[in-house]
Amino acid sequence: MLSLNRISKNYKIGTFGGKDFTAVRDVSFELAEGEVVSLIGESGSGKTTVGKMILKLIDISSGSIVLDGVDVSTVKGKDVKGYYRQVQGVFQDPFSSYNPIFKADRVFSLIRVEYFPEMARSEWDDKVEAAVRAVTLDPGQVLNKYPHQLSGGQLQRLLVARALLLDLKVLVADEIISMLDASTRIDVLNLLADLKSRGMGILFITHDLSLGNYISEKTVILRHGVIVEMGATEKVFGNPTHPYTRMLISSVPQLHKKWAQIESELAAPIAGRGGCLFHEAYPLAGRTADSKDDPTLAKIEDNHFVGCFELESEKTARVA
Amino acid sequence: MTSVNLPSDSAGNTVTAPETQTDAVAAPSKKSQHEVLYFALRSKKFIFAVAVLGFLVLLAIFGPIIDSNDPLAQTLGVNTPPSTDPGYWFGTTTFGEDVFAQFVNGLRATFFVGLLGGGIASLIGMSIGFIAGYKGGWVDELLNMVTNVFLVIPTLALLLVISSYLQRSWPEARGVFFESIFVGVTAWPWAARAIRAQTFSLRSRDFIDLAKLSGRRGLKIIVFEIAPNMSSYLMLTFILLFGNAILIAASLDFIGLGPTSGMSLGLMMFNAVSWAALLLGTWWWFVPPGLGIMATVGALYVMNVGLDEIFNPKLREL
Repeated sequence: MLSLNRISKNYKIGTFGGKDFTAVRDVSFELAEGEVVSLIGESGSGKTTVGKMILKLIDISSGSIVLDGVDVSTVKGKDVKGYYRQVQGVFQDPFSSYNPIFKADRVFSLIRVEYFPEMARSEWDDKVEAAVRAVTLDPGQVLNKYPHQLSGGQLQRLLVARALLLDLKVLVADEIISMLDASTRIDVLNLLADLKSRGMGILFITHDLSLGNYISEKTVILRHGVIVEMGATEKVFGNPTHPYTRMLISSVPQLHKKWAQIESELAAPIAGRGGCLFHEAYPLAGRTADSKDDPTLAKIEDNHFVGCFELESEKTARVA
Repeated sequence: MTSVNLPSDSAGNTVTAPETQTDAVAAPSKKSQHEVLYFALRSKKFIFAVAVLGFLVLLAIFGPIIDSNDPLAQTLGVNTPPSTDPGYWFGTTTFGEDVFAQFVNGLRATFFVGLLGGGIASLIGMSIGFIAGYKGGWVDELLNMVTNVFLVIPTLALLLVISSYLQRSWPEARGVFFESIFVGVTAWPWAARAIRAQTFSLRSRDFIDLAKLSGRRGLKIIVFEIAPNMSSYLMLTFILLFGNAILIAASLDFIGLGPTSGMSLGLMMFNAVSWAALLLGTWWWFVPPGLGIMATVGALYVMNVGLDEIFNPKLREL
C-alpha cells in the first residue's frame, strides 16, 4: 500500500551551506494494509525524519514515496490535503501536540473546517463522539477541556481519534507511548492493535525493541540513517544477523558487554574499507554499490534483509 | 488518607492531576460561549485599564466640545493656577493659553499618533517578523537584512531630512497624519526581530505539524496557530510601539518638525520645559500632559497583563 523507494534526506550545514549532512540514506520498505511495521533506532538514527518525510512535513532529497500506485512525493499544494485524508501521524509529546491556548478538541474542529465543512453540526458531533469512544475514552470527560487538564494518555488517544475521523489508510505513530506511564501504554498499544485489525497500516516508530516485538509484523532497524536489518519481526528478533541488531537485542536484558567494545566492533568493518557506508561487505556478492540499481540490502533468507557488515568468517579471512 | 498520598504525589502527578481538576472546570465550561467575556469581567486589572483608557478617550472626544477655547489663543490671564472658572480648569500658560484646552486637544493628537503610528509599525513589524520566522531560509535572511538596515538608520535624522524637505515642497504634508506615518514606517524593526524570534521557537512545535496535517498552510498557520499563542506578546508590542510613537512624535514636535499647527501632549511638555515652567513653579503646565502620557501607556500595560490572564487558560484563576 505504502512503499518507500530509496528515500534520502540531505541537509546543508555550515556557513553558506558548504557541507552536506545525510540524515537518511536510501531507505526502502513497504507497509501493507493491516500491518504494523516498527521502525527501530537510537536517537539520531533518522527514524523521526523518515516519519516526517512520509507525512510530507520534510521534503525528500531523493527517492519516492508511493501510496496505492501514486507517487505522493511530488504532490504539492492543495493535493497534499487529499493525501492527509489517508495518511496521518501522532507524535511523541502529547503536550506539545496541542496548541496550549485552545481546548484539546480543537484538533477535531480543525479537521471539520478543512475536510467536512458541509457536514451538519449534529452529524459531526456524533462522528466525533464515535471516534472518541473508539479510542476507549468517555466523550463527556475529555471534550471541552484544555490540554493541561488532560493526561498524556488521554491526549494521545484523542490524537488517534482525530486521525480516525478521516478515511485513514496509514498512521505514522512516532514514539507515541514513550512519554506515557506503563498503565496507559498498554491501552494505547491495544488501540493500535485494534486499528490494525480494521485494516490500517501503522508505522510504529520507537527506540524500544520489546514494544516493536510486541506489536509489529515487520521490523526495520535504522542506524545512522541507514537500514541495517529488516524483515519479519520473528526473523529479525529470532535470527539477528547484523552486529548492531545483535548488540541491540543483547543489550536489552543484560549488559554483559561494555559499550566501547561494541562500538569498536561496529566501527571496524566501516573503517577497514572506507567509502560506502551501507554496502561495504555485501554478504552475497562481496562488492560495493556503485549504481542506484544495486540493492542496498542483502537477502539472507526469505523476508529477512541485512545491510552492510562483514561476517565473522570473512573478517578472519581478510585479516589472515 | 491525605498524609499517605502526599509523598507519592510527585511520582503519580500525571495521573492524579487531571482528576483533581475535573470538578473545578465543570462550572465555567457551561459558559464556554462567553468564556472570554466571563473572564474579562472578572479581571480587575482589565476593568481598571479599560476604565482609565475609556476616561481618557472620552476626554479626548468630548473635551474640546466642553471647553471650546482655542488651545493656542493667548487670550487669558498669564500663569494662572487651576481654578473652577471656565477656561482656567487646568490654569494657563505663560502666554495666557488655556491648559485644559491644550490638554484635551493634545490628547486627541497623541492618541491619533499613537494609534496610527503604533498601528503601522505593529503591522509592518508583525508581517515581517511572522514571515521571516515562519518561512526561515533565504526569506528570513532577506527580511532580516532589510530589518537590520532599518534598525541602523538614525530615525530622527531621517525624519529630519524628510520633514525639512516636505516643508518646502509639500507643506500640507506637515500634519499629524503624515507625522504618524513617518513614525510608523521607521519604528518597526525591533518589533520585527522580537516577533521573528518568537515565531521561530513556535514553528517547530508539534502542534504546528499537526495543523499542517489537518490541511492548513502558510498564512492560516501564522494567523490561527502561532499568533494566538503570542497574543499578549503582540499586544505588548503594540502598546510599546504606541508609547514609542507618542514619544518620537513629541521629540519631533520638540525640534520644530512636528505639525505646524495644533497641539500634542509632547509639545505641551516641551513648551513647558523651554519656557521654564519648572523654575516658575507653574506645575499645572507640565503635570497634565505628563500624567496623560503616563496614564495612557500605563493603562495599556496593565491591560496587557489582564489580557494575558484572560487569553491564556493556564493563568486563569479557576
